[in-house]
Amino acid sequence: MSSVPVTPPASDALAVRLAGVHKSFPVKGGSSTVALEDIGLDIGTGEFVSLIGPSGCGKSTLLRIVGDLIEPTAGTVEVNGKPAHQARIDRDYGMVFQAPVLFDWRTVEANVRLPLELMTGAAGADRDRRVREMLDLVGLADFTRHHPHQLSGGMQQRVAIARALVFEPALLLMDEPFGALDEMTRERLNGEVLKVWARTGTTVIFVTHSIPEAVFLSTRVVVMSPRPGRISEIIDIDLPQPRTEETRESERYFELVTQVREALRAQHGGGASAARARAEGGIG
Amino acid sequence: MTDGRSAARGVLRTVLLLGVFLLVVGVLWEAFKWLFGDPWRLDDILGTGLSYYHQPPFDLLQASDLQLPHLWSIVGALMEPVQRNQEQTLLGYLVSAAAYTWAEALIGFAIGTLIGVTLAAIFVHSLFAERAFMPYVIASQAIPIVALAPIIVVGFGRGLTSVVIIATYLTFFPVTISQMRGLRSPDPRALELMRSYAASRWQVFWKVRMPASLPYLFTALKVAAAAAIVGAIIGEGPGGVKDGLGRAIVNFNQQYITGPEKLWATILVASITGILFYVCVRIAEAITLRRRGSTSA
Repeated sequence: MSSVPVTPPASDALAVRLAGVHKSFPVKGGSSTVALEDIGLDIGTGEFVSLIGPSGCGKSTLLRIVGDLIEPTAGTVEVNGKPAHQARIDRDYGMVFQAPVLFDWRTVEANVRLPLELMTGAAGADRDRRVREMLDLVGLADFTRHHPHQLSGGMQQRVAIARALVFEPALLLMDEPFGALDEMTRERLNGEVLKVWARTGTTVIFVTHSIPEAVFLSTRVVVMSPRPGRISEIIDIDLPQPRTEETRESERYFELVTQVREALRAQHGGGASAARARAEGGIG
Repeated sequence: MTDGRSAARGVLRTVLLLGVFLLVVGVLWEAFKWLFGDPWRLDDILGTGLSYYHQPPFDLLQASDLQLPHLWSIVGALMEPVQRNQEQTLLGYLVSAAAYTWAEALIGFAIGTLIGVTLAAIFVHSLFAERAFMPYVIASQAIPIVALAPIIVVGFGRGLTSVVIIATYLTFFPVTISQMRGLRSPDPRALELMRSYAASRWQVFWKVRMPASLPYLFTALKVAAAAAIVGAIIGEGPGGVKDGLGRAIVNFNQQYITGPEKLWATILVASITGILFYVCVRIAEAITLRRRGSTSA
């Protein structure tokens, strides 16, 4: 299969440009498995792009390649017109993982302040103001002095989001951030992420298993297929902004959810595998 | 704060457990003597004119008063003068000897901790250093300290220095091993997160590895506290230090046949010293880690 046509980004300025990205991992015995094959994708500044696909399609790997946490075997990765490595050195990335990865010896406030402590330039008073603003934004202003173990899972993940955004990174990378949370908490946090996105104008790449989540949040949904991981379809999500609870009940929303589900199903062809795709899609 | 209170409760629990332990040892001790020891009698109990005679059902040499004196004889010996015609009680003498030994142990403990933490930091950051020097660190602990102590004394002269070196020697090893585990304990994603911030090794060390290692460090320090006291006592013999528990043990060992109470009293004071040192480390641990989610025993 040749490379998939790329939908032009919403804005002229490119936040991320991926071209011909391959990734293979060595396996015992000298051979290697191909995790990603021929990935090409342009993401415009301010976009919210979700990567969705079944387990093993390489979506987390792709996210880590964009974030320069692992290197591609071949291909180029540019972020804000720079190589990914340079972007990381310039602190262009905010990262949120599936687990909050907070430090239990730090208060909520101190956890959010951590990235600022690593970066020279932010003065003390300015630092504290930014930390307070971010905690306000994620609704944790009353918990600044708490320690992570005193918070619920959803609150911990909100601290992680505040920490990822406190230094105003150009690009927010989220790897199934709400995968471990219950449905109610997940929907509420989806709303909060959109609020934060609207306020900060950060470009977001969001890895998820959940079709409704991807459709609700994104400006574009990138559907990936496994073995080897590649982009099988890119779907524009033309739901109006800002998105609210009504969005979840609109007819267009359901159409798009169906479209994404069918795209996931199509990659398997017909028969039994299609049934499996339906089952997997149904998780969302 | 609730955290402070639960930390205090943790320390209290430790102290209580140690107290219960001492009590159980005491009860077992006297029970052993009740069954196997020498006969004894109490005359005129509390001025009532009544008397009591106890004849143990069995007879065992190891339980005789010359091997295992009664606890009340040991406590009684503590209140008597160290030697005839001397003002100082055995207790006063042993407490000052214990304080001296503790001071030696503390210096060795501090230096050993510093060496252990430094070695661990180097080994964790350099596979080459770990491969090259770790075998020596392990081999060093295979040498019996009683064999090494005289060599150290010959090298560094009699006196405090040699004793401190021996205490250091016994301290640094558990600290090195435990601290290496501690420095390697952070969640790989935490390191990934720091990488995404383009944090330097130095920053990763101070902001993540070091704080994450503290529970491991304290575990090692609790072991090292007791080891440092033992090291100091052992070192005092060949080191020729007169003021510590080591000399007291050597002296009272020679008097054992005629007065075993004194040696047992010294052993009691030495172990209480070790326990007190342990409790001090435990309190420091509770204060340092009081805000963390996980509680350690």
